[in-house]
Amino acid sequence: MKDVIIGLEVHVQLNKLNSKLFCGCSTKYHDSGPNTHTCPVCLGLPGALPVLNRTAVEAAIKVALALNCEIAEQTLFYRKNYYYPDLPKGFQISQYDYPIAINGNLVIEGDSERNIRIRRVHMEEDPARLVHKGPIEKSKYSLIDYNRSGMSLLEVVTEPDLRSPKEARQFLNKLRNILEYLDVFDGYLEGAIRVDANISLAGGARAEVKNISSYKGVEKALSFEIVRQKNLMRRGIKVVQETRHYDEARGVTISLRTKEEEKDYRYFPEPDLVPFKAKDGVPKIKETLPELPDAKRRRFVEQYNISEHHAKVLTSELKLANFFENVAGKVDTNQAATWIADVLKGELNYRGLGIDAFSPEHAIQILRMLEKKDITEKGAVQVIRTLLDEGGTPAEIVKQKGLIKVGTDVIARAVEEAIKENPTAVQDYHAGRNEALHFLVGQVMKKTSGKADPDAVNKLLREKL
Amino acid sequence: MMNVSEMKRRMEETSAEEMIQSLFDKIERSKLNAFITLTKEQALEEARKADKNGASGLLGAVPIAIKDNISTKGIQTTCASKILKGYVPPYDAHVIERLKAEGAIIIGKTNMDEFAMGSSTETSFFGPTRNPHDLNRVPGGSSGGSAAAVAGGEVPIALGSDTGGSVRCPASFCGVVGLKPTYGMVSRYGLISYANSLEQIGPFGCNVEDVALLLDVIAGHDPRDSTSHVVKKKRYVDELKDDVSGLKIGVPKEYFEGVDKDVEKAVRDGITLLEGLGASCSEVKLPHTKYALASYYIIAMSEASSNLARFDGVRYGLRLEKDKDWHTTFSEIRAEGFGEEVKRRILLGTYALSAGYYGRYYLKALKVRTLIKQDFENAFKKVDVLITPTMPCAAFKIGEKIDDPLSLYLADVNTVPMNLAGVPSISVPCGFANGLPMGMQIVGGHFDEGLILRVAHTFEKHAGVA
Repeated sequence: MKDVIIGLEVHVQLNKLNSKLFCGCSTKYHDSGPNTHTCPVCLGLPGALPVLNRTAVEAAIKVALALNCEIAEQTLFYRKNYYYPDLPKGFQISQYDYPIAINGNLVIEGDSERNIRIRRVHMEEDPARLVHKGPIEKSKYSLIDYNRSGMSLLEVVTEPDLRSPKEARQFLNKLRNILEYLDVFDGYLEGAIRVDANISLAGGARAEVKNISSYKGVEKALSFEIVRQKNLMRRGIKVVQETRHYDEARGVTISLRTKEEEKDYRYFPEPDLVPFKAKDGVPKIKETLPELPDAKRRRFVEQYNISEHHAKVLTSELKLANFFENVAGKVDTNQAATWIADVLKGELNYRGLGIDAFSPEHAIQILRMLEKKDITEKGAVQVIRTLLDEGGTPAEIVKQKGLIKVGTDVIARAVEEAIKENPTAVQDYHAGRNEALHFLVGQVMKKTSGKADPDAVNKLLREKL
Repeated sequence: MMNVSEMKRRMEETSAEEMIQSLFDKIERSKLNAFITLTKEQALEEARKADKNGASGLLGAVPIAIKDNISTKGIQTTCASKILKGYVPPYDAHVIERLKAEGAIIIGKTNMDEFAMGSSTETSFFGPTRNPHDLNRVPGGSSGGSAAAVAGGEVPIALGSDTGGSVRCPASFCGVVGLKPTYGMVSRYGLISYANSLEQIGPFGCNVEDVALLLDVIAGHDPRDSTSHVVKKKRYVDELKDDVSGLKIGVPKEYFEGVDKDVEKAVRDGITLLEGLGASCSEVKLPHTKYALASYYIIAMSEASSNLARFDGVRYGLRLEKDKDWHTTFSEIRAEGFGEEVKRRILLGTYALSAGYYGRYYLKALKVRTLIKQDFENAFKKVDVLITPTMPCAAFKIGEKIDDPLSLYLADVNTVPMNLAGVPSISVPCGFANGLPMGMQIVGGHFDEGLILRVAHTFEKHAGVA
C-alpha cells in the first residue's frame, strides 16, 4: 500500500461554556427556536463591538495544556475576510499569527502507540447556521439561524502525522475524550465538531476535504479519497492540489476549487480587540486541570488491579470512568470492571445508549447478588437487559422472572429425577463417555429453568452417579 | 449660534417645548441640509415631559444633533448611504445612552460624507450640506451636518466622529469648536465603523465650555468597547481656567507647509496672543509628518474594506427587487448601495490587504504609524501642547474638489497624524478670511483633554473671534 499522509484541522465548539466568544448571548440554544439567542454583536449589526470572553480563553488554554502545547506569551485575533451568507460581518474573527498555543502532541493507541504532533491550537468564532429547503442544490431559498453565530470554536491543527483513515478516527476519538474530560465540550450536540482533512499519497499533491461533520464521516471521506487518488495515479493522471467538499449523504468528495482559485482571506489584526497575555493565566489554570484519560487509565490499572484492556475501555468516556469508580468501591473491582466494560457496555452499545441510561446503584445491586450467588451470570445478563428495555429494579426483576438461584434440595430432587429418567445416559457415563454427563447437567438445568448453579449440579451428579 | 447656557436661560423664560419647536421651525426653513432625519415628535414629547417634571442631568432638556453614523435605537441611522436607508438600529450607542441619562433631547441625525469617507459632506446619498457662512461652500467633513447645524444656530451642540479630522475639519470650516478625544476616551460601541483603530466620537459646540460639558457626558470607560480606557473621571468643565502662564507651546513647522497665507497668519497671531498671556513658544520637529497621509489612507481604507463587508442586504438595509443566487445578490446590492468614494476606498483597501501586498502597504503603514506616535511622544517631552492650523485653507466651493479625490485627501494633512498617534486635539475658530472662518488646532498628549480645553478656552476668551 502506498504511504498515506493525513493531517487534520479539527474545529470543536466549546459548547459547554455559558456564553458566546464575543458577546453575552447564552450558548444553550439547542432546544430553542431559531434566532432566539442573538444580540447586536453576534448578528454583526453596524456599530456593535466584540468583547473577548475570558472563560473561553481559559477553556482554550486548558485544552492546549491537555494537548501538551506551548501557550503563547501574547496572542491576538485577526480578521479572516470572506463573503458567505452565514457570516454576518463579512469576516470571521479568528487567529492567524500568534495563535494561543503551538507545538503539542497527542498519543493514540491503535495497534501500537503513535505520537501525533499538534501544530497549533487557535480560537475563532462560529458562523451562523444555514438551513436549506431540501438539498442545497435544489433549494429555492436558504434560511439563516444566528443562534450558532459567535459560538466559541477551537481549531486544533495536526502535523501530517496520521497514516490511515482509521488513525484519523482514533485521533478524533481521543481528542473528543480529552475535551469531555475537560468539561468544555459535549460531543453529542449539533455542530459540535467539524473537520477539514488534508490527504495525499506519496508522490501526489494533497487534497483538502472540507467540513466533515461526523466522526464516521472522516474515516469514510478519507477512505474515498485514497481510492480516488489511487485510481488517478494508476491511470497516470496527475493528482492536483485542490479543495474538496464531502457529501455525507452520498459518501463521496467533490471538487470545490483548485489551488489557483484559492481564496485570499486578507488577514489583518482585529482592531476592535486588544492583544492579551495568554501565558499569565497558565499556572492558575494548571491547578484546575482534571485527571486526563491517560493518567486515569494508568491509575485504574494500579489502584483497582484491573486489566489494561478494561482500563482503556472504562476511561474512553469520562462518564463511564466515573460510573466504574462509583461501583468499584462497593464490590469486587475485577468483577465490576468485567461486567461494566464487557457486558454492560456491550448491551448499551447494542441499544445505542450511553452510560447515563443505567444507574450505578443497580449495577452494585446486581454485582452483589452475583457475589452472593443469589443469581447466575445468565440471570444477571437478563436483569441488565430487562432494566434497559423495560425499567424497574434488579430485585423486582429477579423476583418477577424467578431468577433466584434454586436451593440444593431442589437441585438434589432434579438430579435424582434426571438419573431415573435417563438410564441410557447413566450407562454411557459409566462407560466413560463424558458427553453423557453434559447431557444430564442439561436435563437438570432444564428442570430448574436455568436457575441452578451449573457447578453445583455438576458436583452433585458426579456424587450420585 | 446659541450656546447651551443661553439655551437653558431661554428655556426657563419660555419652555423647553417652545424652544425646541423654534429650532424645528428654523431647520424646516433651512437651506443647509444639515439633517438626514428629524425626530420632531419624540423631541417635542421629551420637551413636554421636561417642562412638566423639570429638566434634570448635565444636559437637562438641551437639544442635540447626532451624526448619522452613531446608532440610535428606533431612529433611522444611515451613514448617509443608500445601502442603509431605512435601517433602524434596535440599540443605542454608548454615547446615546449617556446623553439620555443626562437629559439631552435628540432632535435629529445629521448629514455626513457617506460612511464618513470625505472631507466635505459632498459624498452623502442625501445631497451635500451647505456652509452657513456661504451656501455655495462646503461645511467640511465628514461631520459636516453636525458642524453646520451648530454654526447655523439649528442646535447648540452636536456629536460627530473623527477618523482623520472629521470633527476638526468641519469645525474649522464652519467656525465652531470641535474636539477629537484621545483614542479610547469615548466608547465606540454603536459608532458604525469606518476605520476602527483611528476613530473617536467627538463633541461640537459654539464655544469651548459646551464642548467640555459634552465631553463630560460622553467620556468614560465602557466594557463593551475593548479599546476604551479606564480613565479617572473628572469634570472637564472644571478645567476651564483662564490661564496659560508657563504653558510651553510647540509649533511644528511641518504643519505650516503649503498652508494658505491667511490661515498661517491667523494661527501665528493666535500663538502670539497666547504668548502675551504668559505662554512660551518654541519650534518642534515632527519629522515623519510627511508620511502621515499615506499611512493614514492605507490603514483607514484597509480597515474600511473589512468593516463595510457586512453590508450585504441580508439582515438590514437595501434589498433589490429580485434575489438571485447569494453571490450575485450581494454584488448587486453593494454595487447599487455604495457611492463612488466608498467603492474607491473599499477597492483600495482590499488591494492593500491582499496577499503579496500586505507587507508592502499595510505593515509599512503600521510602522510609519509607530514612528508618528514617537514623534508626538518626543515633542511632548519638550512642550505641553502643539499648535497648528487645523486646515490648510478655508472652506472651498461645493463641487470644486469632488472630482479630484487626491486634492481632497491632501486637505487632511494636518489632522490625520493625531488619529494615527491617538492624541487629542481641538479646533477653535481663530479668525476669518473673506468672510470664511478658519480654525486653530491645539494638540495634547494622551488624555490631556483637560489641558487643551483650558488653552482653547483661554484663547477663545481673549481672541474675541466669532
